[in-house]
Amino acid sequence: MGLKTAALKKSIWVFHVACSPCNNCDIEILDLLTPRFDVERFGITLVGSPRHADALLITGVANRHVTPRLIQTYRATAKPCVCFLFGACSSYGNFFRGSYNVPRRIDEIIREEDPNAIILYIPGCPPKPEAMIAGVVKALSIL
Amino acid sequence: MQVFYYLIFPGFLFAAVAGLLTTWFDRKVTARVHYRVGPPWFQSFADFFKLMGKEVILPENAKKTGFLLAPIVALAASVLVATILGLSNWSYDNGFVGDIIVFWYFLAVPSIMIILGAGAAGSPLSAVGSSREMKLLLGYEVPFVIVITMIIFKAGSLSLGGILEYQLAHGPILYSLSGVIAFIVALLCVQAKLGLVPFDAPEAETELGGGAFYDYSGAALAGFKLSKAILFYSLPIFLITLFWGGVRIDGGIGILWALLKYILIVALITVIRNTNPRLRIDQAVKFFWGWMTILSVIAFILSVNGL
Repeated sequence: MGLKTAALKKSIWVFHVACSPCNNCDIEILDLLTPRFDVERFGITLVGSPRHADALLITGVANRHVTPRLIQTYRATAKPCVCFLFGACSSYGNFFRGSYNVPRRIDEIIREEDPNAIILYIPGCPPKPEAMIAGVVKALSIL
Repeated sequence: MQVFYYLIFPGFLFAAVAGLLTTWFDRKVTARVHYRVGPPWFQSFADFFKLMGKEVILPENAKKTGFLLAPIVALAASVLVATILGLSNWSYDNGFVGDIIVFWYFLAVPSIMIILGAGAAGSPLSAVGSSREMKLLLGYEVPFVIVITMIIFKAGSLSLGGILEYQLAHGPILYSLSGVIAFIVALLCVQAKLGLVPFDAPEAETELGGGAFYDYSGAALAGFKLSKAILFYSLPIFLITLFWGGVRIDGGIGILWALLKYILIVALITVIRNTNPRLRIDQAVKFFWGWMTILSVIAFILSVNGL
């Protein structure tokens, strides 16, 4: 493990991509970033620009309108970057799967854009902040 | 020897390490104010090395030369600031006549480079950040120059070493009425120069998503971050030099006392940053051209009258 990977694991800057979610996962993500859980002790910080981000927190399902924006955001992110798919909807579509306005899953869209994308799934409707922290820590340990 | 000064001791390496540690201290104190644990001590170093290893994205509309040159020039200028300051504090004869004016010029260069770099990025958010940074620069330079002029008049010397010698003979400038008022003005100007919270409108994260730095990524962003960190180390030292007798490194107790002064000023900056909301840019400019300029003129008049 080089210095680059070690530094990356200690300092993950996240950008929140809301792909038409029901806001449930977003509320849990905002809870996660509050002082109670204090993710800054792991070096995780919320940034306002995808260019600064190392991780995209994607919630919701990608409908026809959101898909091009999602691809643009993924392209604007400086690589290497990790995509965290938060919640059941973004992970596998949940009960929107096969719906007329949801043509493809989010991981399919991202894989089509970049076949080597690192995609991690944290299912739950919504996942609790504890589950998110556990998921992120597991993901970082295999990175 | 000049290369050694610039690259190793008071210059790049030392200032970068000290600056990144200061940034960590600031974040840790902020975390304690929020009743959190806060990041570990190597956090700023991890951020820096991570950014160095990332891809640099060039926006489609960017003017590429200006966009990429800006962080390098900003970093070089802030290293020069740290070098001049360190050498003047190391030995009072190291300076030259008028080095405080040169110092003041180089202090403005990182801000100007932020304006140019963000202007070259060719995106609306960067442009808004760039214009706000320009207004802020015009705002805080006025009281800052009056305060520096007051100190030059009071010490009767145009060099940093001369100001330190004056304070060695007559006691620190801070221990007088005009000194206290001028110190308050200078502290708030430093806050604006560092782009910290009451005056962080140019990079407002929640509003402009990074503002002036919106389009920077990877090593270019790391350059700006490092330049900010070096300024965060040099500007408190500059305040100590102007007002509080400088950092004297003779003997054990001198180092301890210098460190205490330094930590006190950094903690003061952090507390101001944590207890204030962000000002709109017009409010910030009005604040500097109004209250701060009036206060600095009052300090000037008091100091001319010997108070």
